[in-house]
Parts: sequence; structure tokens; C-alpha cells
Amino acid sequence: MSRAIAILFQTLLAAGLAPLVGGFIRWVKARLNGRRGAPPWQPYYDIQKLLGKEAVVSRTASWIFRATPFVVFSTSLVVASFVPLVAAPAGRFIAGDLFAAVYLLLLGTFFLALAGLDTGSPFGGMGASREMTVVALTEPTVALSIVALALNAGSTSFSQIVSRTLAEPAAALGPGHLLAFAALFIVTLAETGRLPVDNPATHLELTMIHEAMVLEYSGPYLALVEWGASLKLFVFLALAVNLFMPWGIAVSLAPIPLAIGLVTFVVKIGVLATAIAVLETRVAKLRLFRVPELLSASFVLALLAVLSTFLAR
Amino acid sequence: MTAVDSIVRTLNERFADATRIVTPRANEVHCELSPVGINRLADLVCRDLGAELIAIAGDDRRREARVFFVHYVFADRAANWFVHASVRLNGGQPELPTMAPSHYAASRFERELRDLFGIDVLGHPDPRPLVKHAFWPEDYYPLRKDANAPSFADDGRPFPFTPVGGEGVYEIPVGPVHAGVIEPGHFRFSVMGETIIDMKSRLYFTHKGTEKLFEGRDPMACVELAERVSGDTSVGHALAFCQAIEAAAQAEAPLRARLLRVVLLELERLYNHMADFGAIANDTGFAIAHAHCFRIRERLLRLNKQLTGSRLLRGTLAPGGLVRDFEVPVDLAAAIDAALADFEEIVAICLANTLVADRLDGTGVLSAELAREYGVVGYVARASGVDIDARRDHPFAAYDQLRFAVPVHTAGDVRARTRVRVEEARESASLVRQACDALAGLKGGPFRIELGRIDPFAAAFGIVEGWRGRIVHWVMADHHGTLHRVKIVDPSFFNWPALSRALTGNIVPDFPLCNKSFNQSYSGNDL
Repeated sequence: MSRAIAILFQTLLAAGLAPLVGGFIRWVKARLNGRRGAPPWQPYYDIQKLLGKEAVVSRTASWIFRATPFVVFSTSLVVASFVPLVAAPAGRFIAGDLFAAVYLLLLGTFFLALAGLDTGSPFGGMGASREMTVVALTEPTVALSIVALALNAGSTSFSQIVSRTLAEPAAALGPGHLLAFAALFIVTLAETGRLPVDNPATHLELTMIHEAMVLEYSGPYLALVEWGASLKLFVFLALAVNLFMPWGIAVSLAPIPLAIGLVTFVVKIGVLATAIAVLETRVAKLRLFRVPELLSASFVLALLAVLSTFLAR
Repeated sequence: MTAVDSIVRTLNERFADATRIVTPRANEVHCELSPVGINRLADLVCRDLGAELIAIAGDDRRREARVFFVHYVFADRAANWFVHASVRLNGGQPELPTMAPSHYAASRFERELRDLFGIDVLGHPDPRPLVKHAFWPEDYYPLRKDANAPSFADDGRPFPFTPVGGEGVYEIPVGPVHAGVIEPGHFRFSVMGETIIDMKSRLYFTHKGTEKLFEGRDPMACVELAERVSGDTSVGHALAFCQAIEAAAQAEAPLRARLLRVVLLELERLYNHMADFGAIANDTGFAIAHAHCFRIRERLLRLNKQLTGSRLLRGTLAPGGLVRDFEVPVDLAAAIDAALADFEEIVAICLANTLVADRLDGTGVLSAELAREYGVVGYVARASGVDIDARRDHPFAAYDQLRFAVPVHTAGDVRARTRVRVEEARESASLVRQACDALAGLKGGPFRIELGRIDPFAAAFGIVEGWRGRIVHWVMADHHGTLHRVKIVDPSFFNWPALSRALTGNIVPDFPLCNKSFNQSYSGNDL
């Protein structure tokens, strides 16, 4: 019973906190640029505003266009319900492991690409084609990074990986772990449409990747897509902090460890989000044809992570 | 013998149809030719003497003489002389032989004449409209004196873009409504994957009838209108207009006014170049440069306001000098230098960033040959190795008394266009300093002269190097001393078509960056 409540609490926490992460990154970036910027909680107002608006749908769009926002949001939400956020108690916390998380998120991306093509707008097709190129290049890296982690822990289960890292802090600083983290961080930037792969702040429709796919969405549909995208970013950041730096995470569902887990989780996410904001201020967007080079580099990092795991044995 | 004298002699000897040959100003030859003679003249002055066509203006004189006139302005950059040739056309059925096969710029002016005056251009290679959109009635020619605004309705026919075919080639239509707050323009890309094979722009969505608004007004009351031809070029256009009126009235503004005009024009160049640099960096995703360049722009706009009462430097220029005298604060040059130092820091950070540099290098290359053939002007030309600057080639205001360099780069890519802007900003700051020093030495003096009567139906023009490039205002007054016709040539008119060529072989996501490095005016192009 307490597990069911924990899962519900965790899902609500993710859905509630996710927009704040994107808003926080935007706010830090504005501050770094010397601007005042919108407050970090601006995305909540945006979602509220969009939910109250009318949705305009292209006449040529099929059911896929209408279904996609729900698919995107629900897959992100399901993943958010079982990845370790505040707690990772021993044993199977819930059905679903690292592979399930990554490929459920990909399902959402797949539907977004279909929806982009569905409206018949040139930008949707352009965005979908670019997104599929990026995803095809990130996928091997994701798989290999998972393998690198799983080899260490002997399992792809989250709680196994977390408890293994907690038990052996030295392994967390080992080359396998660090390389896999670097690879997954680059993939996170690419998958969530951040610089230097995609520019989330641009208004230039011809340079967009993620934004071009969702350009035709409006009203409540757009709210769901945006919320789903922020959940995806949130999940990726949560995976990055908890799988590679799990200290502070609650290993039982007792109140005090949970409280500590919540505080450390928020701090860790905040630090990583700030790191992304600093990075996005420092870099420019890569020329589209250079993106494969960056993603190949992340693949090499993941490959080295797997190799070093074998060598370290 | 000067160039002007020899041209007059050639006209007398070799052009039997040349009449009314006059030299109203020392470096200008005006004449009237038959429609057949104009192509011969163009060949003579452009091919043999090295001049360029800088403007063609139509003029409906059916009420006075039952004819249409078409006026051609050729300018020589090396020796600073002009040939102004007028062609008289039948008022009932105006027909003009085309100059398009040998002069690209002429082909666009001729399409404009066809759309706005209903002048038939015989043998023109491109039958498509330029200014006219599908919702204009067939027989509506807005610059004819008897044009009346009819009802407009879309005829439903699409514009005939050049089709590009083949396996895997597809079209991306973009605009005229864009995701960002920019002016309207439709861009039709033919692409293969992400590589651009061809891009055609369809502009002229902002036709406001600006040239028509000048007609019938007192020239002194038209500066406000000239300032609004293109909002970011208020001084450039207003100054070109004032100079055209002064030329028509055979007058020259006093030195104090001319020095202050230099200050105003350079202040306009400074704030635009600095904002452009930030905008180019922003299109590479480097938002911090944009934020800071906008901060510096704001700093300059406040200086503008302090100096003239207008952030965009409006309401200061008048034909004959200035509307009112104003003192240049002693610390103006120092304030500009401080802003420039601030800007230089941003520039250094941007150009040292390898990711930014990688986006700028080799993107959107416009070769020197193409730049010359298209007759591009301004920083676009100077970045492609064309050494052109009206401030030096056709000195106006007080530029003949000041020292400045004309930065020229040869790479023709986005980086070159960016660097030309940065170097010009430095020159502008130096010009402001020199002009301020000269003004301090001047100690007062008149700021305006009264203009006399303007000869009716005598053409005159003013040329200014605005921040985008050469601006030409061509004016003609009628018997009442009000304006009969004003023709405005914004630099963008020459530069827009070159953008398509610079894009060929680039990838679609680099278009915004190339476009921003050109940064053409839609409003100034479509009057």
C-alpha cells in the first residue's frame, strides 16, 4: 500500500516539478545574459494559459495529430512514475527498468515525428526528418551507456544500479561511470532539444528541430506537448543525477530518509540544470551537419565506458 | 578636358537623337534620347566608361505633354560623374526596349515600371510581375497620375516560381507570415535533403504607396515621409531626400549643417551595425552577444535622444540644412568611444568562440563576380571584394573633409559581412570624433539656407551611403513648386536578388543566418 502511495506521490512530484526545471534553466540563462528574464515558474502560467485556449487543427490532420499529445504526455508520465527520483528502495520498486524508460520516451518522440508529418506543413516534415536523424544517432549511445551501467551493477534495474553505486562509491568515480555519464549528458542535450544541437529559444522556423515538429500545435494540445517535453527533460536529468550520483537518495520509504532524499534530489537537479544553463550560454548552435560529429563523439564515450568496465574487472 | 565635357562631346557627335544636353551641375550630364538610343548610351557609359546604372524612374507627364518619361541615372564611381538620360514614350501606348540582357539591375527596374506605370517593356526576358500581386486588378497602375484605387480581389492564381524537379527535390514555402516578428517576405526553397538548390524570394507584401504620397506636396513638408521609408534608415533616406531637393534648387547646405549631418548619419550606422552584429550572433544560438549588443544599441539610442530628441534621429534634417541648430555635447565623442569599446569586447568574445566562428565561416558565400553582376551595394558588396562607398565615391555632406577607410573583405561569407560591419563601426566612431572636432573649431555659423524656387520638371537626385548602402532619391517638381515625382532606390532593391545566389549549396538551417548577414529592408524595397 505504502508503495502505491509512494509511486503516486513520485508521479505527482515529477509532473509538478517538471515545468519548473525548464523555467529555471531559462531564468538562469537570462541572468547570465544580463537580462532580468521571466520568473522560473513562468511555464506554469504558460500551461495554464494554453489549457484555456482553443486548439486549431489543420484540416488535413488525422487522429495521429490529436492522439500524439496524449501519447507524449502519458509516456513521459509513466516513465516518471518508475525512475528513481527521491527513493530507490531495494527490490523491484515497480515494473520497468532502464530500457523500458528510454524506449517509452522514444515512443513519444516517434509519435511527435508522425504528428509533424501529419499536418502537411513543410516545417512539421522538416522537423520530423531532423529529429529522426538525431534520434537515430543518439540511440546507440543510450543503449551502450545502459550496458555500461548494467555491467557494473549486474542488472538494468534502477534500484540495483543505485544500490551498487551506493555500496561502492569508488566505482562512481571509475572511468566506466564517468564516461557513461558524459555520453548520457550529451544525449540528454540532443534528446531534449537543447543547445548545441537544437535551440529551444529560437523563433527561426527553418533552424528548428523539436519546435518545428510541434509548430502546428495550439491550445491544450500544445500544453500537453510542452508539459510532456519538460517531463522528458526532467526524467533525463533525474536519471543522470540518480544513476551516477545517487548519494542522499532514500533507500527505504521511512519519512526522514524520504525528506533527505527530496532535498538532495532538488539540489542535485538544480545544480545540473544550472550546469546546462551555463553550457547553453557558452556555446552556439552547431551547424546541422556537425551534429552527427558530436553524437558520434558521445557514442565513442559510451563505447569506452563499456570497454573500461571489462578492463576494470 | 573633364569626363563630363568629353561625354557631352560624344553625345553631340555620336548620338544624333540626343537633345536637350545640359550640365545642370558640374559633374552631371542630362540629355534626352529616343527609346532606341538609350541602349547605345548604356553600353557607352557602362561598358566603355565604367559607370553603373543606379536608378530608373518612370514619370507620368500625360497631363502636361501627353507622354511618359523614363529617366536613367548612371554613376561613375572612379571619377564621380553622372549621366542622366530621359526617354520620351507615347502617352497612349508606352513601349520601351529592354536593357535587361546587359544590365541585371535594369531588368528589375523595368519590371517595376511595367507594374507601376503600365509601360510595356519590349523583349524583357522575365514576364512575371515584380511589385504587382495577384489581387491587383489587371489595369491598375498606381503611379499613373489618373490611377484610382479600385477594389482588390485575389485572382487565385499562384505566382509562377521557377520549378526545380528531379528525384528527392522538394519545395519548402516559408512566409510571408513568420514565427518571429519580422517584415513579410515569402521564400520558396527548392531543396535536396537539407541542401538548397534554389531559393526565390517573393517580396512586395508591404506596398504602401510611399512614392505616390510625395506627389503634390511641398518638398519642405516631405522630410517626415522620407524618414519613414525604412524605419531603421531614417537619417539615410531623409538626407538623400534633402540633398536631392538641394540639388534641384541649386543650393548647398552650410558647413555646420553638413558636419552635423555626418554626425547623424554615422550615429545611425553605429546603432544598426552593432545591433546587427548581435542579431547575427543570436542566429547562431549565441544569445549572450545579442543581449549585450541590444544593451549597447539602447545606450546609443539614448544618446540619440539626448542629442536630437528622437531615438531614431528623426525630425532634425530639412532641405537646406537642419530644422534647428543643436549643440553637440563635448562628451559625445567620448560616449561613442565608450560604447565602441564595450562593443569591441562582445565582438572579441564572439569571434573567439569556435562554435560561433564555425557557423560564420564559409556560410552564404557571394562571389565578387556575382556581386558585380547583380550590382550589389553596401556592406554586402564590400564583403565580396567590391570597393564601393558613396561617402568616398560621390562625396556628400562633409565627407570630403574627413578621413576614413572603407573596409573591404574578399571572402564574401557571413563572417566577412560581419567583420565589415565591425570595422565600419570603428570608422563611424572616428568620423563622429572628427566631425565633433571640426564643429568645435567652427564656433557657430548658419545651420540652414533658404532654398530658392525649384525649376519645374528638372530632374535632380541625392545620393547617400546609408548604413545598408547607397540610397538614391530622385526628385522632380511641377509648375507649382510641389513634387511631381519622387523615386526612391533603397540599397535592398539591388541586394535582395543576390541573397538567392549566396544561398545556393548552403543548408536550410543556415538560411536565417545568411539572411541576417544581408539584413535587407522589406519596407524600403517595396515602396
